[in-house]
Amino acid sequence: MKEISLHLLDIVQNSVKAGAAHVDIRFHLGADGILEMGVKDDGCGMSPDFLARVRSPFTTTRTTRKVGLGIPLLMQNAMQSGGRVDIESEEGVGTEIVAYFVTGSIDCLPLGDLPSTMASIIMGSPDNPEFSLRCSSPGGEMSFSTEEIRPLLEGVSLAEPSVVQWIRESLDEEIQPILGGIMK
Amino acid sequence: MKSLAELEAIRKATLSRINLRKEEKGETTRVVIGMATCGIAAGARPVMLAFMDEIEKRKLTHVTVSQTGCIGMCRLEPMVDVILPGKEKVTYVHVKPEMVPRIVAEHVVNGRPVEEYTIGAAEKN
Repeated sequence: MKEISLHLLDIVQNSVKAGAAHVDIRFHLGADGILEMGVKDDGCGMSPDFLARVRSPFTTTRTTRKVGLGIPLLMQNAMQSGGRVDIESEEGVGTEIVAYFVTGSIDCLPLGDLPSTMASIIMGSPDNPEFSLRCSSPGGEMSFSTEEIRPLLEGVSLAEPSVVQWIRESLDEEIQPILGGIMK
Repeated sequence: MKSLAELEAIRKATLSRINLRKEEKGETTRVVIGMATCGIAAGARPVMLAFMDEIEKRKLTHVTVSQTGCIGMCRLEPMVDVILPGKEKVTYVHVKPEMVPRIVAEHVVNGRPVEEYTIGAAEKN
């Protein structure tokens, strides 16, 4: 992956497939330059046995093939920057995955186009789950959620091209002042 | 939030397009993009957004864009299926955002697949 955002796009699919009703995404950039990316869902969760194996590229829920590279690739890029990935999960409750990136490292990926990524995520699952995004840094904070705008759209799908475009543009305007420094 | 008033305007405009779609009763053309780990890593996100932009620009009412998982041909990603009503599925491989306007103009709008971008052409080489 070329951007941290692309890992988000990938990892969120796990929450969607876990049947989550809510997926809460957060990015926090600390004054120390450490970027925290958290994805928390209320999906089916993992058994202790599966959780113990989930970091292996040879673990997957797919039946078509025996490899699953989403989490291993995320770990590789987090660790390459000097960071790490924490995963907590409980069956029937949900899963939280938190990746830490040391943005000052020359080996750290850029955050990339987070607004386009959020638009792609929402477009891919426009009816459910509900997604929320919170970004914070010393530069300020913002929050967004599909639950907030869904009632305003009164039945117009979040996957309509015009709505997707609005999500991209409005998120870009809000995220730039907070995380703009690490996007490229 | 940027402007919720703007979103309201978008809702109204989109509703009239949805109604138009219902009146026309035309069948829908489907654009399906592979968005598993392999597709995303190969550049599927800008491709999908390029389709959305092109559809929005041309105000096409009868086209839906959706995502699918990995179909096992990761080396050909980003892959895009275009399914015209009543026609066989056409699969495009190694799709780049620059290729999207042509696929939309020639295939989605005019019904002529862009042969050189298809899986058939790629596998011949």
